[in-house]
Amino acid sequence: MSPATGAWRGQAIALMGVVERNSYLVKRYGWWELAFFAWTVANTLTIVFIAKGVEATGGQLDVERQAASLLIGAVIWSYLGIIFEILTETVAWERWEGTIEYTFMAPLARPVHLLGMGTFGVLYGLLRTAALFGVVALFFGLAFPHADFAAALVLLAVASVSFVGIGMVTAILPLVSPEKGAQLGFIAQGLLLVVSGVYYPVDVMPGWMQAIATISPATYALHGIRATVLDGAGLGAVWGDLWPLLVLGTVAIPLGLAVFAAGERYAKRHGKLKRSG
Amino acid sequence: MPAVEVIGLTKHFTRRQGRRRVRVTALDGVSFTVARGECVAVLGCNGSGKSTLVRVLSTLLLHDGGSARVFGHDVRRDEREVRRLVNRVSVEAAFFKRLSANENLSYAARFYGLTPAYTRGRVPEILAAVGFPARRAAAPMEDLSRGMQQKVALARALLTSPTLLLLDEPTTGLDPRAKREVQAFVGEVRRTHDTTTLLCTHDMAEAEVLADRVGILDGGRLLALDTSAALRRRYGAATLEEAFMAATGRVLEDAGDDDDEEAA
Repeated sequence: MSPATGAWRGQAIALMGVVERNSYLVKRYGWWELAFFAWTVANTLTIVFIAKGVEATGGQLDVERQAASLLIGAVIWSYLGIIFEILTETVAWERWEGTIEYTFMAPLARPVHLLGMGTFGVLYGLLRTAALFGVVALFFGLAFPHADFAAALVLLAVASVSFVGIGMVTAILPLVSPEKGAQLGFIAQGLLLVVSGVYYPVDVMPGWMQAIATISPATYALHGIRATVLDGAGLGAVWGDLWPLLVLGTVAIPLGLAVFAAGERYAKRHGKLKRSG
Repeated sequence: MPAVEVIGLTKHFTRRQGRRRVRVTALDGVSFTVARGECVAVLGCNGSGKSTLVRVLSTLLLHDGGSARVFGHDVRRDEREVRRLVNRVSVEAAFFKRLSANENLSYAARFYGLTPAYTRGRVPEILAAVGFPARRAAAPMEDLSRGMQQKVALARALLTSPTLLLLDEPTTGLDPRAKREVQAFVGEVRRTHDTTTLLCTHDMAEAEVLADRVGILDGGRLLALDTSAALRRRYGAATLEEAFMAATGRVLEDAGDDDDEEAA
């Protein structure tokens, strides 16, 4: 095996190590996982009930379609939240457990480390959101007779690249600012929630918010996935959502890696890359 | 080529004192070399710069001036090469506490490119070598004693076959029996592996037993580095402890991590 092949193989093993570690954590914190899932289901039910509530108070709307639209919003938001949480909390968690020094002095390349966390986030997020979608759809008896789920999955996969890139940017925050970092991550996440049309169409927002929405990958993911699941639109029909996701993904990962590298350098210069404070 | 070559190493931190920011010198022109296979102990009080030195050599901290090389690789420029050669045991046996010894070692080995097939065979061997009971290998780390956790920390470091082993107060806080077991294993590793060891400790007896040479670090300055006998002669002291007191004017108290400096 050539040295280059050996190095690549070593990094591939290291990437799987990141996935393996997070899998162990999910297994060992099984009851927490169950509790979080129950909370997410309850939260999503509450959101989807809004459609029923509007109808009950005399509002004119297609309840079935509106409930399905809200469900898609809640599910995609949950998926995005999981990816952010995995990327941000893992760094914060490692500080708390004290393992951060051992992880950061290991020879796994930082992009591999972060992509490993992103890979786990996507796999785990898909499982959790699929379960969430199934449970809530079953609860409300929602049917999706025209849905093109394959196209929806492609959109979600492409959007995931951008989500992971943005997650990398927020992941450095707890390292640079141990006290305020995680909170700043929540602000970034909250901004995406407001502007991306998770529960309402983007065009009901003021113009300046709509402008911000154009650079949020969640905007295109939600619009495209609603079209594929509710109207059965194929990939060709959602090209208008797909190409911005491709562009954003191409930018988000290098940007995420660059920001993380700059943050890590700062942390190493100022002695913040350690287990406490 | 020396295993470790440190020349004029300096590191400053800024610490908040009320509203003011105070500059603290953690390392002040430290220079020394460690030969391949040698064990060098560094003695120092809290805040003397021991952990800062270990963290620079571990590529976790960027120094301000001077240079540090591990087997010829610059710790700043050749970070990845240095990381392949170095592993570390620190005063806190840091693990994911809910995960078992097996799980912690398994994923840590993966970070060094070790395959699952290799790790499956090697982890039980290395745990047995450090005297860790096999029946506890699947128990969460939080259910293990501090001594047991430190043995797993040693196993984690040795699993990756480091050519430079950084021991940052590995026996601080352990009961006497666990301390003796860990020290015996470090001695065994020296005899059986091609491992160079840099040991930071408060424990004079540990330094005497394990190290070929002993350094005295105080206020970020390396005051002396020689064999224990030569240090005693130099300071006209009967014991290493007296030599330390003569060199620094301080008593070496037993305490934890000394690296509490941080930039604001």
